[in-house]
Amino acid sequence: MKRNGVAFWSGAAVFLAAVFAMTQVVGNQYPFFAGYVILQFIALAVAWSILGGYAGYVNFGTSAFFGVGVYTSVFLVSAFGAPLPLQILTGAAVGALMGFALGLLTLRMQGIYFSIATIALTIIIETTITNWRYVGGAAGIQIQRPAVTAPFDSYVQMLFFVQALLVVLAVAISRYIQNSWIGRGLQALRDDELAAECTGVPTLRLKLIACVISGALMCAVGAPAAMYLQYADPGSAFNLNYSVTTLAMSLIGGTAHWSGPIIGAIVLGTTQQFLTVTISSEVNVLVLGVMLVLFVVGAPEGIIGLVRKLRGNRKEGEA
Amino acid sequence: MTLSDIQSPLLRISALTKRFGGFTALHNVSVDIRPGERFGLIGPNGSGKTTLINCISGAFRTEPGTILFCDEDITLLQPHVRTRRGIARSFQIPRPFRSMTVAENLMVALDFAAHEHVSVTQRRDTMMSILNQMGLGSKANVSATQLSQVELRKMELARAMATHPKLLISDEAMAGLSSSEVDEVLDLLLSLASRDITIIMIEHIMQAVMRFSERVMCLDAGRIIAIGTPSEVMADQRVQEAYLGT
Ligand SMILES: Nc1ncnc2c1ncn2[C@@H]1O[C@H](COP(=O)(O)OP(=O)(O)OP(=O)(O)O)[C@@H](O)[C@H]1O
Ligand SMILES: [Mg+2]
Repeated sequence: MKRNGVAFWSGAAVFLAAVFAMTQVVGNQYPFFAGYVILQFIALAVAWSILGGYAGYVNFGTSAFFGVGVYTSVFLVSAFGAPLPLQILTGAAVGALMGFALGLLTLRMQGIYFSIATIALTIIIETTITNWRYVGGAAGIQIQRPAVTAPFDSYVQMLFFVQALLVVLAVAISRYIQNSWIGRGLQALRDDELAAECTGVPTLRLKLIACVISGALMCAVGAPAAMYLQYADPGSAFNLNYSVTTLAMSLIGGTAHWSGPIIGAIVLGTTQQFLTVTISSEVNVLVLGVMLVLFVVGAPEGIIGLVRKLRGNRKEGEA
Repeated sequence: MTLSDIQSPLLRISALTKRFGGFTALHNVSVDIRPGERFGLIGPNGSGKTTLINCISGAFRTEPGTILFCDEDITLLQPHVRTRRGIARSFQIPRPFRSMTVAENLMVALDFAAHEHVSVTQRRDTMMSILNQMGLGSKANVSATQLSQVELRKMELARAMATHPKLLISDEAMAGLSSSEVDEVLDLLLSLASRDITIIMIEHIMQAVMRFSERVMCLDAGRIIAIGTPSEVMADQRVQEAYLGT
């Protein structure tokens, strides 16, 4: 029995190991799925902050840019079977044009009026896509993924990698802007637009630049989502959730520094992913609301502001 | 060179009118400011002084009327372009960049309105020398939100100076200051004027206006009611009536 016992336990161990290996493989797919979403929101929040944070022009149209990115890919794939890099590049170009148009039309408005105009934009574009039969109309459209190329085993793994590239790109651009003359000009006009003009800052041009770059990045981030979901419909692609979540992430992280939106997106994004698994995806909205309220009341400058304040206090304590 | 070339004005305002809806804040205002002049602008509350400044700096579009600066028509130019051409202003209610330090406030001006391409170190030097000149040297790294009222006024002037102006317009930089602080700011303006900067000074404090100005203009209800030497304008019947409110 002892030998049998060894074989049994050995067999059981192999089985458990095989199951473990299987759960590892399945478990490895989920982190890619979940991780993709978190990376996507990091990139969106970083892109959003270029206009919403640095310039202080609160854009509620993230979902418009995201959705246009999605549908740029849908169109390119249905019409030409375009490859992923071309989808993303075209998405960026379309987003830049859209940002330019939005900027020209609305950036003379200040504060709340700009924000309302961006909501109107979202509705107009979503309605247009809903009535465009070629890309599926209201019913949506199925999208076929091409075969994955080496070195990736699965398409989602590749998308995960591509989205990581976009995050790096967005962060690099945002960081560059913050440290350049564009960033200093945006900070000045955010503080006081008339005083900035009278100090030589070309406010309209800087706002346009920010709007174009922010729009291009948000569209580029949306472009691979068509392949990720293998399906697109106007209701999900233009979901207001993208706008609200992106805005919440930026504000929670803080917009005074390029790293703020990253921190905010990781904190809120992982919390939401965790809750989706453990409880349900409906709780996410509640958590988002609660966190937003907590931060608006307790730390209006976000996590970045909180850290700076603590550091400042410590310095004062030392002095 | 003829006499008229020498006398060519730095700023020429012609037949300028500004309306807010049905209300006319400036009626057909025409005036020339000579290069290097110390020009006082007075008038009762609501007479249109700040409105005139807003028209000159480009914050407001004027309907009829033209503004020439250095013999060029600037009537349709955006404010930042006018600043780069050499028109700087302070605000009646200070408008600092609140998220920045005093030094950073000035660096905005040096980054965006500096005329030559100068290195960052040179710009920092210029910034520090303007701050020292304004008596704000020790406040360079202090947040703009932590300044006292008089320091804020000085920073407004310092930021305007950092744009390297030909014409500096000071809108009640002394309002609400103590008499020693008034003298301090007045001395600053006089020292700037001695450096070939043309200055338009709006002020309610009459001693300051008298001491500063070579020429004074008085507005009342959007119209010029007197213009001339300080003593002429003070002696004017209509000016006295406007101020006594008869
Ligand atoms: N943006 C505006 N919209 C409507 N009316 C305005 C505006 N700005 C100024 N006014 C009006 O124009 C008139 C002139 O105002 P202005 O601020 O130029 O006066 P002021 O001479 O600077 O007065 P004070 O000495 O109080 O600063 C006032 O009646 C004011 O109410
Ligand atoms: Mg005024």
